[in-house]
Amino acid sequence: MHKADILIIGAGAVGTALAREFSKFKVKVIVCDKNDDVGGDASKSCSGLTSTSATMPVGTLECKIRTISHTMVDVLCRDLDIPIIHCGSIAPVLTDDQMEQVPKLIDRAWQNGVWDYEFMPREEILEMEPTLNPEIKGGIYSPRDSQINQFLMVVAEAENAAENGVEFLLDCAVTGIDTKDGRIQRVITTKGEIEAKWVINAAGLYCDDIAKMVDECDFSVHPRKGEFFVLGHDTPVKVKHIISSVPTPKTRGVLVIPTTDDNLLVGPTADDVEDKNDKKTTREGLEEVRTKALEMVPGLRFEDTITQFVGARPARVPEGYNILVSEKAKGYVGISGIRSTGLTASMALAKYVIHEMKAAGLELERKVGWIRTRRGIVKFSDKSDAEKDALIASDPRYGKIVCRCEQITEAEIVQAIHRPVGARTLDAVKRRVRAGMGRCQSGFCGPQVIGIIARELGISEYEVRKRGVAAYMLDH
Amino acid sequence: MKTIDCDVAVVGAGPAGLAAAEAAKSTGAGKVIIIERDIRAGGILQQGIHPGFGLQIFGEELTGPEYAERYMKQADSAGVELLLGTTALELRDRELVCAGTEGLLHVRFGALVLAMGCRERTRANLVIPGSRPSGIYTAGTAQKLINIYGDKIGKEVVILGSGDIGMIMARRLTLEGAHVKAVVELLPFLAGLTRNKVQCLDDFGIPLLLSHTVVDIEGVDRLTSVTVCPVDEKRRPVLDKQEKIPCDTLLLSVGLIPENELSRTGKIELSPVTRGAVVNQYKQTSNPAVFACGNVLHVNDLVDHVSRESAEAGRNAALYAAGKLPSAAAYAAVPGNGIRYVCPQKVVADGNEEVTLYFRTMIPGRRTVIRCTANGKELVSRKCVRTSPGTMEKLVLSKETVASLNGPIEVSCEHGEVLA
Repeated sequence: MHKADILIIGAGAVGTALAREFSKFKVKVIVCDKNDDVGGDASKSCSGLTSTSATMPVGTLECKIRTISHTMVDVLCRDLDIPIIHCGSIAPVLTDDQMEQVPKLIDRAWQNGVWDYEFMPREEILEMEPTLNPEIKGGIYSPRDSQINQFLMVVAEAENAAENGVEFLLDCAVTGIDTKDGRIQRVITTKGEIEAKWVINAAGLYCDDIAKMVDECDFSVHPRKGEFFVLGHDTPVKVKHIISSVPTPKTRGVLVIPTTDDNLLVGPTADDVEDKNDKKTTREGLEEVRTKALEMVPGLRFEDTITQFVGARPARVPEGYNILVSEKAKGYVGISGIRSTGLTASMALAKYVIHEMKAAGLELERKVGWIRTRRGIVKFSDKSDAEKDALIASDPRYGKIVCRCEQITEAEIVQAIHRPVGARTLDAVKRRVRAGMGRCQSGFCGPQVIGIIARELGISEYEVRKRGVAAYMLDH
Repeated sequence: MKTIDCDVAVVGAGPAGLAAAEAAKSTGAGKVIIIERDIRAGGILQQGIHPGFGLQIFGEELTGPEYAERYMKQADSAGVELLLGTTALELRDRELVCAGTEGLLHVRFGALVLAMGCRERTRANLVIPGSRPSGIYTAGTAQKLINIYGDKIGKEVVILGSGDIGMIMARRLTLEGAHVKAVVELLPFLAGLTRNKVQCLDDFGIPLLLSHTVVDIEGVDRLTSVTVCPVDEKRRPVLDKQEKIPCDTLLLSVGLIPENELSRTGKIELSPVTRGAVVNQYKQTSNPAVFACGNVLHVNDLVDHVSRESAEAGRNAALYAAGKLPSAAAYAAVPGNGIRYVCPQKVVADGNEEVTLYFRTMIPGRRTVIRCTANGKELVSRKCVRTSPGTMEKLVLSKETVASLNGPIEVSCEHGEVLA
């Protein structure tokens, strides 16, 4: 039986930010997640935007938390060596209807304290971003919107939390929660029971399922499916800014996003569906993305797509951030309604949740010797000739290029496996070091990576998974 | 950091690189080095353990490894040096930057031959909708897992695309005990060679579904099914006729793309059609010291063609390094009616020797006349019993014809009967 002061269910952006925040204190923290890796469902398959609160509903808890959190992003990136690009965003105005929205949007941004959210005339916008449709009537420029590497953000926080003593239990699904005399006793999981004083539900898309286990569920969550294209490094038309549709109340619409890895991310759709396992791209969805993106950036070449995927944002009914410190089941804390803003909001949200828990009696004592920083895996392909030579001298495995498309070496893959909260599947390796993330989509390196994972973990090749419970690569 | 100087450097020790290096050495180049990322030479031939290689060059049926071995021996006895486990990272004018476990290596060359081969198109290139389970492989990756690593990849298999590797893998998987349920081809005709359909599908009772495609992929973890659907004459799926086929493995054999990332680092001009370098008959690229051959230049049907073409490239690279490669005015060789591309894309009109134009037709036909014209005037023509896009066609321009060129030439074809 595992024992913890704090058990966090869910290792997405919110769960790992909480884990890192708690790791500053003298408490035993366990994070469990049903997936094989940290990164959750929504966090790892989102657009990686970290934006100002310009488009947030005014006066909400979501707006408040996100506004504060956005100011913390750069320090987090510096401390944890997370790639981020400060590219700013442009919402091109294409129609008269959109033009009518502009004053309202600027007014809302103003109320949310985003005073540098500005309308610019056509000529100025086209000079900044010449790839845009020349038919535009102008555009809204938001200079402080950025793109963060969403995989490495969660991985970095998890690694840092683990280094500070947090335990991660992966492939560990919660199946029940026991309460006694109105207080949380233990959590039943597929990896055994966990006794915990506090249980924080950060299960995102699945937080209603967990909330039902303690009878604190007066809401429901369904997936808002978003389909994306990823275009390769070589695609001839690239944008310098995040290009976003003029926002509607439901979504920011389709975006064209330059990523920290020099790809283009194009999407998402926003389709409310029932099935939480529905990660299927559709003909219609991808066509919608293509059409809407081409309206804004007509030169995009979808022939250069290297993959397509689905991200599922958790949509709560009723909407809105909800932090519940339960009276009915003491020790239970429910976090719901975080939808697509979790990546940006997670740092302040973690602090807010802990603040609420303290108000309900949680006592925390600061630890001495908390490790603030973490360095990423040194990337061979980024280095100069002399640095590459030195890297190979320090570890000859840096001289073995495994993934030719992204020039990823065996040394990087081995580190991805052996770091705290290390990768155990092909997808987890891919998210950490990009082996298999390029144009051949692991056609060349896949067989080698299967072998490296098996060797480093001391398992058979037949046990190696792409991800998940049973996504075996070979004939299991 | 180490620096090596050589007369001719070759990137890739597959069939193209081995033939090029051997020819460079035989032409008189002093130091010839092959840079190969794998720990063995042979390239993709290593995993092609089926017979059928070498009929044209050796007049006998060899397996891939046997074919490779003959060229390895030739290269070795000619004195070619082989640097294994070494990856070329970047091309800088007259220098290659390479990485190996010993450190970074700078290879300075008089001439360079690019022979990196090609990669397979993926599911994502085709934009097949559905989920993203495990169990989806390109045919070549599956071939490597089975033939090199000795792994079993699945039990119930559907293959999309009737490319040669796909058909060969249909047979291979059947021999390994898997059940290949269908080979599905979007086009109304075969993408690969007819002999592979006969020997790999027909002989094993594997159904070939022409004018069909995969429209959905299911499976949360491992693949559980694909949905196959006929397409109309405009290749649009006829969705009300779809059929779900339960399977745990989907192989894709849907085309090959020359692997030109290294060429891009050297700013070599590439053709948007072949996706290989733009070359003249010497296989010389936009950088006169850089030559290209084999599947990195254009995707070939037979390895025999690769070896022949690469030997020419190697010889010319050696001549260039020695300052002996002739140069004269060059004219474009362009595809005309019914032709997808012509390689070389340029002909140097020096009239030193005859020039072979390689090309592919767009659709299959019978009693096809292929011809090369200049300014509307026929230079050479040939009548073929049958042509198909899966087969490489060629025309030879005589020395005299080449010498007389004074403008662009065009290759075109006319089918007596269209077979699409």
